[in-house]
Amino acid sequence: MLAVKAVGLTKHFGRSVALQDCDLDLPAQRVIGVVGPNGAGKTTLLQLAAGLRYPTSGSMVVLDRSPRADAADLLPRLAFIAQDRPLYGDLTVAETLELGRQLNVRWDPAYARARVQRFRIGLDARVRGLSTGQRAQVAVAVALAKRPELVLLDEPVANLDPLARLELLEELMAAVAEGGMTMIMSANAIADIDRVCDYLVILLDGKVRLAGDIEEITAQHRFVSGPRELSFGDAWETVDARAAERQGTWILRAVMPAEPIASNDGTVVRPASLEEIVLAYLRARVEVAV
Amino acid sequence: MPTYLQLVQQVKHAVRYGMLRPGDRLPTAREVVEELAINPNTVLKAYRELDHEGFVISRTGAGTFVADDAPAALERSVAGPLLRRVDRWLEHAIAAGLDRESVVALFTLALQAAFEKEAPHARR
Repeated sequence: MLAVKAVGLTKHFGRSVALQDCDLDLPAQRVIGVVGPNGAGKTTLLQLAAGLRYPTSGSMVVLDRSPRADAADLLPRLAFIAQDRPLYGDLTVAETLELGRQLNVRWDPAYARARVQRFRIGLDARVRGLSTGQRAQVAVAVALAKRPELVLLDEPVANLDPLARLELLEELMAAVAEGGMTMIMSANAIADIDRVCDYLVILLDGKVRLAGDIEEITAQHRFVSGPRELSFGDAWETVDARAAERQGTWILRAVMPAEPIASNDGTVVRPASLEEIVLAYLRARVEVAV
Repeated sequence: MPTYLQLVQQVKHAVRYGMLRPGDRLPTAREVVEELAINPNTVLKAYRELDHEGFVISRTGAGTFVADDAPAALERSVAGPLLRRVDRWLEHAIAAGLDRESVVALFTLALQAAFEKEAPHARR
């Protein structure tokens, strides 16, 4: 089953192109990481899925519904946390949770309180006075108390210190462990994606450059370093190549069942790390642009 | 190494060192991810692998338990002296200027030589 299906999805803001002809089949019950440079279209993709914006052209189906035509049916089933984690600063934490209860058809008050209390956040504290990490936890508690089937998170750990970051990811993964939930998050830190996601989307200039199961992606890619005149045959697509005086390094992708490339004296072949793979795709754009 | 294989190894080590014994319940996926902030599917995959290898048994609804016929923990009286000899060997290696990678390479070589001859009937 798919959580999100996009066909030819396109979104323009005036003359600027946020997304162009994106096709995506994002599986349900996975943790999906969306990476790409700033301006690649990550936020727009999440906003379209949440029904906060409508596509210029193309279509999107979320949990088998149209975010536009079936909004009333779909909204109780999904949660979206914007990057700035918008909460009302003047409300107390308890009032914030009460607001969540009144505004949502589905709401689990015990869950919301337990989440907040786990992080020793006082129910009487004003949101304005909370630390960035605590605010993030409150935002996640509100989002998850809806018991959503799909959670959309725009840079959920941005500006958090390392400990708060880890605690937030723990909280999100604990919710996933309860089952039945799909999570789509954009992130800049590939280490975070590697840690929690099992499905990856790389966006570049508003287009999908790569999408797939992370294990399959890592199995398909190799890092090679060796003499710069090396070549690899049709089965391997060069994602990124960097050459120095005599040595070169490559990130290769197997595009058909391929003979393994052998390591020998001057040549090192090993699986590419997720970080190397993502950087290779991002770097490829820079070279084209120059 | 993929995260799920790291988990597999950690559980196997815990069994070998006697920190986990037959019948012990492994933490649930939720308990693990609350400690480690990793994807719960990774934990479940590790448990499936351990189940497949016969280290653990998953009982629906009850949890995942160390199998009764999981390899026995190393006897302290055997493991202790062996470990001390490895420690001494390591001191020599480091004193001789070997770095971590060279030590691993050397040890792997010795391991292969020692276990290759019994490989055909090697059991877990």
